[in-house]
Amino acid sequence: MFAGAPQYLISGLTVGATYGLTALGFTMIFNTTGIINFAQGEFVMLGGMLAVVLQKAGAPLPVAIMLAVAVTALVGCLIERGVIRPVGRTAPVNLVIITIGISILLRGAVMLIWGKDTFALPPFSGSAPLAILGAAVQPQSLWVLFITLLLLAALKLFFSRTIHGKAMLACACEQKAAALMGISVDRMAMLSFGLSGFLGAVGGAILTPITLTSYDVGVMLGLKGFAACILGGLGNPFGAAAGGLILGVLESFGAGFVSSAYKDAFAFIVLLALLFVKPTGLFGGPKSDRV
Amino acid sequence: MGFVKKNFGLLAFAAALGLAPLALPNDYYINVLILCCFNALIVMGLNLLMGYAGQVSLGHAAFFGLAAYTTAISTATLGLPIPVGMLAGVAVSAAIAWLLAVPTLKLHGHYLAMATLGFGIIVSIVFNEAVGLTGGPSGFVGIPRLKIAGFTFTSDKAYYFLSAAVLWVATLVSHRVIGSRTGRALRAIHVSESAAQAMGIDIARHKRFVFVLSAVYAGVAGTLYAHHLTFVAPSSFGFHFSVQLLTMVVLGGMASIWGAVAGAFFLTSLPEFLRMFEEVDILIYGGLLIACMMFMPSGLAGGARALARKLKAGVRRG
Repeated sequence: MFAGAPQYLISGLTVGATYGLTALGFTMIFNTTGIINFAQGEFVMLGGMLAVVLQKAGAPLPVAIMLAVAVTALVGCLIERGVIRPVGRTAPVNLVIITIGISILLRGAVMLIWGKDTFALPPFSGSAPLAILGAAVQPQSLWVLFITLLLLAALKLFFSRTIHGKAMLACACEQKAAALMGISVDRMAMLSFGLSGFLGAVGGAILTPITLTSYDVGVMLGLKGFAACILGGLGNPFGAAAGGLILGVLESFGAGFVSSAYKDAFAFIVLLALLFVKPTGLFGGPKSDRV
Repeated sequence: MGFVKKNFGLLAFAAALGLAPLALPNDYYINVLILCCFNALIVMGLNLLMGYAGQVSLGHAAFFGLAAYTTAISTATLGLPIPVGMLAGVAVSAAIAWLLAVPTLKLHGHYLAMATLGFGIIVSIVFNEAVGLTGGPSGFVGIPRLKIAGFTFTSDKAYYFLSAAVLWVATLVSHRVIGSRTGRALRAIHVSESAAQAMGIDIARHKRFVFVLSAVYAGVAGTLYAHHLTFVAPSSFGFHFSVQLLTMVVLGGMASIWGAVAGAFFLTSLPEFLRMFEEVDILIYGGLLIACMMFMPSGLAGGARALARKLKAGVRRG
């Protein structure tokens, strides 16, 4: 009965890593600005789509991905500068509506330019499956896990060692105090949008060889990312990444052992059950309560 | 005279609803108007929950869908009379809201949004996957058209007047609720739960009441919707629709009954007007959403109030 377990675990971790990256993007923006960015899933979609388009246009795969990630990060910065900053202080729910508008715009623009087709990227290093613990593992799954871990380590260094990272943490802690210490809260907000565009796009680009991409994949990825955030406890980057992995594995086990039709429901039922027992997520403190 | 002055809004709204079909060139627009009424009904309920009590719900499409499917199954599959099916639909929505309210409404902010969102997604997955019961992704066909006491609503105009009447009654109920002791308690909860509690307000009971009430509004709209289209499909009750409802509440203006109606009518009919821009319509829709929130942060209702203030000041200045 449990013969499939290692297989499900690997595929769950792979998808979960992308949820985790999306969730990290949510966390970045939430921590510096208090906004839940409903366009986060569209960052993931943009990363995948742009990589596909650039690769088709003749760019070598690594270049295509790097460019796609850079452009998405830029789009993130532009959104903060062009739409979020001018609005200034307003009710959080209004900002949510604005990010919903942005997600509709991004999705619509991609659909108009590249159509409604589904696209694929070639795997980074061939597609001959490796046998690990009796499970057939796509090399791309290892790439996804490896790059996610690498990014997590880099983020950890960024927040603990660099002045920008520390400044962002300061904004997350207490905006007024950060401003008084000479930190430009605006610039940190822009940086957080850029960083979450970057994280989302990397997730999209590395997952596309496995799950394919199209203009509308961002909706579900965004939802799962948000769910991962809440599961881990909003505002906690470690929790977000862990939440993503847990959600991915839950889903994969649910699909394998219970029913593939109800795979999405399975993850959400567990999430609801958890929230009812622990209303601030797995790793959330009692003070992560805004709106 | 005093009666007219006191109820001017409600009377004007009744007149506007009654006269609206006269201004429309054909039945297609009547259909859009009917959808506007349904959405206005749900949004009004959601606004009671969000605007007045301050509780976000991202799963209201589920209550709409639960009622629609319940009446569909009761009348088409089980062959029960239509009024019984509709009552059952509303009752199911209310009952599930009642059960869900206790654990859910303990949550706050984004956690509450996530829980209601998760609930909505689970329900829409069930609509999709329980093929034997709901017809699955291709939808449920063969729902009878509404027939009450021997009168069948064959024309769209008749159905419009029914929907408009229901919407008007819902408006009246909302006014009564908001003006009552309960309404004041809800607003107190919105401002500060601990302060409200200190004043002796039973927070859990009030939150549960408004949650169930808003599910009843959505349920009534759902049953009317099912018997109007005679067909329901899961895609109408998914996450997208919940987000649209939330958008209508905020764009219309929080804590304003007329704002809820305006937001619902505006965003329901907008895509119809954008048809002429063909493929670009989605960009315009997104752009308008952003622009409205940037320049009218308190929604259409707040915008209208600001405009009225400006006009008054202009008149005074001469």
